[in-house]
Amino acid sequence: MTLMKSCLGAAATMALSAGAALADPAIIFDLGGKFDKSFNEAGHNGAQKWAEETGKDYLEIEIQSEAQREQALRRFAETGANPVITLGFAMSAPLDEIAPDYPDTTFVTNDGWSDAPNVLNTVFSEHEGSYLAGIVAAMASESDVLGFIGGMDIPLIRKFGCGYAQGVLATKPEAKVISNMTGTTPTAWNDPVKGGELTKAQISQGADVIYAAAGGTGLGVLQTAADEGILSVGVDSNQNHLHPGKVLTSMVKRVDVSVYDAMMKGEDLEPGVRVMDLAHDGVALAMDEHNADLITDEMKAAVEEATAKIIAGEITVHDYTSDDSCPVIDF
Amino acid sequence: MDFATIIQIADSALRLATPLLLACLAGLFSERAGIFDIGLEGKILASAFFSAAVAASTGSVWLGLIAGVASSLAFSGVHGVASITFQGNQLISGVALNFLASGITILIGTAWFSLGGRTPSLSGGQRFSPVDLPFADAVANVPVLGPIYSDLLSGHTILVYVALLMVPLSWFVLYRTRFGLRLRAVGENPAAVDTAGVSVIRLRYASMAIAGVLCGLAGVYLATGLAAGFVKEMSAGRGFIALAALIFARWRPWNALYATLLFGLLEAIANRYQNIDLGAFVLPVQFMQALPYILTVIILAGFGGTAVAPKAGGQPYVKER
Repeated sequence: MTLMKSCLGAAATMALSAGAALADPAIIFDLGGKFDKSFNEAGHNGAQKWAEETGKDYLEIEIQSEAQREQALRRFAETGANPVITLGFAMSAPLDEIAPDYPDTTFVTNDGWSDAPNVLNTVFSEHEGSYLAGIVAAMASESDVLGFIGGMDIPLIRKFGCGYAQGVLATKPEAKVISNMTGTTPTAWNDPVKGGELTKAQISQGADVIYAAAGGTGLGVLQTAADEGILSVGVDSNQNHLHPGKVLTSMVKRVDVSVYDAMMKGEDLEPGVRVMDLAHDGVALAMDEHNADLITDEMKAAVEEATAKIIAGEITVHDYTSDDSCPVIDF
Repeated sequence: MDFATIIQIADSALRLATPLLLACLAGLFSERAGIFDIGLEGKILASAFFSAAVAASTGSVWLGLIAGVASSLAFSGVHGVASITFQGNQLISGVALNFLASGITILIGTAWFSLGGRTPSLSGGQRFSPVDLPFADAVANVPVLGPIYSDLLSGHTILVYVALLMVPLSWFVLYRTRFGLRLRAVGENPAAVDTAGVSVIRLRYASMAIAGVLCGLAGVYLATGLAAGFVKEMSAGRGFIALAALIFARWRPWNALYATLLFGLLEAIANRYQNIDLGAFVLPVQFMQALPYILTVIILAGFGGTAVAPKAGGQPYVKER
């Protein structure tokens, strides 16, 4: 009996300690997949950096279908993971549903938005980063026709396009911006063939720099742009290395910073809103050895000047999602 | 709209129509022999993955082509075993193959390349490069016909020309050979073919093999011709559009060419113009994207002549005992 008791006691202790050990952070990658060379991969990089620095583990899942969103959230919250980090705008509705059931768990969105009290909403100022991309693209363009290719036609993607067009037109008021969306369903994120065709269509209309904000479809855009000898601008992660010397720059969303910081704070993470804008280094243009020859000193100066002005409030970049309209371009 | 723009749109339409055409002909052979093939999409996807994966690993697009066609053939074989030998439900077998392809490509891709289901980007000899037709440069300056030849017809990858050649070839095989006559008969009245002493099973397997090769070429073209590498779910519904085109084409090879070119053209126009301003009203791009399906429904509803499917389609053949 005593033996039994101590055994049970040991088992209970182990279960408790296992529970404590399981308070690892968890990250849910969206449909694009962990290695999409784009948005999700940035999140993965942040998580890896945290794991290497602290030597701890994190839980992860790459969801494969819409139905898995709620399931994954619930499973991680049940196992005691804290915080639970989500990537992608599509997690908003599932979070509204699940987060109130687990008040002790802090959930983190990246791109999404939930009003539940235990959610930290991470909001990126893509319009500001895209504005800078527009400046560089306009300065690199010789034809003064610039292209934008979006993935699925949602307000978030229009926000990229609108900021980009504003940057272009602020630099070259006479320039023309052509915009195409790949589609209206989630397959629009994974159709490089269509991305390539859209790129060719824009090239035939004179475009010589094309900005892709389209997940896996964007890989087709960058590929075709490189094949046809024009420049492209990558998005989310640093995509300059995909076609060295052909990708002008990449508009990087520091999802890695957001994920890294959230994991660092762990259970002490406070819910609320975190704005990742230019002032907080939340968005930036990627400058590395792959595009060093493409970026001139004038471009660098122009970007630095615009960055300073945006931070100081002298330039206000219109945010498409604020009123669902764009003053400079029709979608 | 000037002439150069029309050529560019037609050029794009031809590229976009090629995978549809190959898949549509695959469906044609299969359905003409009485086997519904919902699994076109899955075969395209499997072939796209294996062609890109093998091309990336070996550096040869031709080995990729063989691997892509082989994988599509294997899928066809499974469909054949399930629906011919074991007389299972052809629709369910096809749907199952679609799911299998969607899952297995990502699974193997992740294990093979650790890129989350993508393959590395293909370059150089790992891709099909454009082929210039003879004298394309010389006649480029001839008015009207020059651009049509050198810009529209020339400069595609070899698979585009293969696909176009498949149309008369399919027509010849189906309508001018004994094999074709028997194949069509198997789709209409397999009992009669059996009575004549010809093996229904063998004919149906032959049709599945042909469908497998054609679908394989469609997938190879997607991954190594149009794009440069595999991205998960990159077939993006083309197998289903090909099925719609097959109905639209009323199960005939030449019509299949026209139907897929029309669908390709609609997609090319949608790619080129976000919204079309017709003066009185603006045509949204979504309408253009939906048009192939709308047209198919109209044809199915019996407008513009009847669309009669092969009579024995979908029914497994059971020899009377």
